[in-house]
Amino acid sequence: MSMGAYLRRYWQLYALIALPLAYFIIFKYGPMYGIQIAFKDFNFFQGIGGSEWIGFEAFREVFGMRDFYITLRNTLMLNFLDLLVSFPAPLILAIMLYEMKVVWFKKLSQTILYIPHFISWVIIGGIVLQVFGTQSGMINNLLASFGIEAIPFLTDKYNWLVTYLIVGVWQSAGWGTIIYLAALTGINKELFEAAGIDGAGRFRKIWHITLPGLKPTIVVLLIMNLGHMVSIGFERPYIIGNMAVREFSDVLSTFVYRIGLESGQYTLATVVGLFQAVVGLIFVLGSNYISKKLTDESIL
Amino acid sequence: MREQTANRVFDTFNFILLLVCTLLCLAPFLHLLAISLSSSRPIISGEVSLWPVELTFEAYTKVFSDSSMIRSLGFTVMMTGVFTVLCMLFTIAIGYPLSKRLLKGRKTLMFIVVITMFFSGGIIPEYVLVRNLQLLDSMWALILPGLINPFYLIILVTFFSNIPDSLEESAEIDGSSHFRTLISIILPLSLPVIATLSLFYAVGRWNGFTDTLMYITSPELYPLQLKLYQLIQNNMITDLMQMEGTQMKLVVPESLKAASVMFATVPILIVYPWLQRYFVSGVMLGAVKG
Repeated sequence: MSMGAYLRRYWQLYALIALPLAYFIIFKYGPMYGIQIAFKDFNFFQGIGGSEWIGFEAFREVFGMRDFYITLRNTLMLNFLDLLVSFPAPLILAIMLYEMKVVWFKKLSQTILYIPHFISWVIIGGIVLQVFGTQSGMINNLLASFGIEAIPFLTDKYNWLVTYLIVGVWQSAGWGTIIYLAALTGINKELFEAAGIDGAGRFRKIWHITLPGLKPTIVVLLIMNLGHMVSIGFERPYIIGNMAVREFSDVLSTFVYRIGLESGQYTLATVVGLFQAVVGLIFVLGSNYISKKLTDESIL
Repeated sequence: MREQTANRVFDTFNFILLLVCTLLCLAPFLHLLAISLSSSRPIISGEVSLWPVELTFEAYTKVFSDSSMIRSLGFTVMMTGVFTVLCMLFTIAIGYPLSKRLLKGRKTLMFIVVITMFFSGGIIPEYVLVRNLQLLDSMWALILPGLINPFYLIILVTFFSNIPDSLEESAEIDGSSHFRTLISIILPLSLPVIATLSLFYAVGRWNGFTDTLMYITSPELYPLQLKLYQLIQNNMITDLMQMEGTQMKLVVPESLKAASVMFATVPILIVYPWLQRYFVSGVMLGAVKG
């Protein structure tokens, strides 16, 4: 049909799109325009347009900053450690839940295990302070009653790492089981029966049927995780970290916040943010490509 | 026979292990609850673990009588409500047309949306934008930037696409405008998705902290999480003394902080049954990986 007839018939759809589209342009693409700040000596009086162009000078400065490399290292380190600790946990939990025959308990424990996923990091921070505190924290109180010396979970950087990881597992393991449990429903029950007839015990069934059945899911999730190695949330390290452990807790996202919004070095912060976005994108696209090659599945 | 015993042993071990995990998961909450309900003496001497010692409601009295806390709660409820409604309106408004294959420009539009899922300006350009729009230190700084979440939009579009064309076609034949078709036919069929996405938006806004930290400076506008954060981080809180009649009551910072944390957690716990149901189904719907 002609353009006129088409518009007469479907104009309402375009009317609906108008405002949301404006939203995307202003609030999603608008900041992309602001990426220029990385290339300008930015200040608010002159604005983006009026600030002087400095090209890659800020990049040179950032790549010469010791703090940049420390935060980059921390980002990779924390993500990698998270992978070691927080990646297996939901898998193991999911298998435990899957094998749980007592239905009411299975549902009850799921209900409880999901809760940490729904509370804010601020609340988690409050809990962490009270549980891991050196003076009057729950764990150190418990240790004291056994005559063991208090462990500075939040003020010694190595202990802090342990705390950070434990909190990570606590927050995400329960919720992470959902994906695996969904995948587990796809495993043919007859396989278990057949294995049982062949004399396989529970562990062997898990090893030879359950785990292989989960392999595609595990691989996809693992690759997705690797794709996010350079990105790290802001809230978890910011809230659980503190000045005393900054050498490990400062990551790219908190670094951007610190030098950008706390110190007002907008240009440098934008450079770091841009670095993170671009490298992150490369990692994500790369990991997706690998995932596609390996499993014929794609997250995109 | 041997197999049955082996099975039972496994099941028992599994039960115990799962029980331990569940209790470990629950313990921090129980501890915080206990601290919030205990008197200062046992707290200072480290006697409180999972159960209140010398039960007292002092901390909660303090929290509920703190008008700034109540105001923060009220403000957060209102802000979350406005946010969720606006988000759903905007998401549906663009979601419905995008679900129609015949829409000219659909591919371009989808492209524009999908790009934003992989790349963004970063927090500094976003801050500059909010500041330039004069939105700093206002409720709108917390609402407008997040109006449409592209992931949720795609979930919605996918759902709409799965509604049989015949329904829409017969409505069109009957002379229904697109607006009316959307409201009278599509939306009623989409209630589960709408409930799920509304909850996603609402919980995200309720728990959101980073943007409140960046954009809000006036204490009257502190959303609950920011207010709570200030409270917990404030190591300058010295022991608060309260005169009640001729009695001196001491509220230790730990119990005050714990009571505040519980105060902030309760709203989530209240809606938790719905959260659990709809979030789990949401994960299935869109393979949203948490």
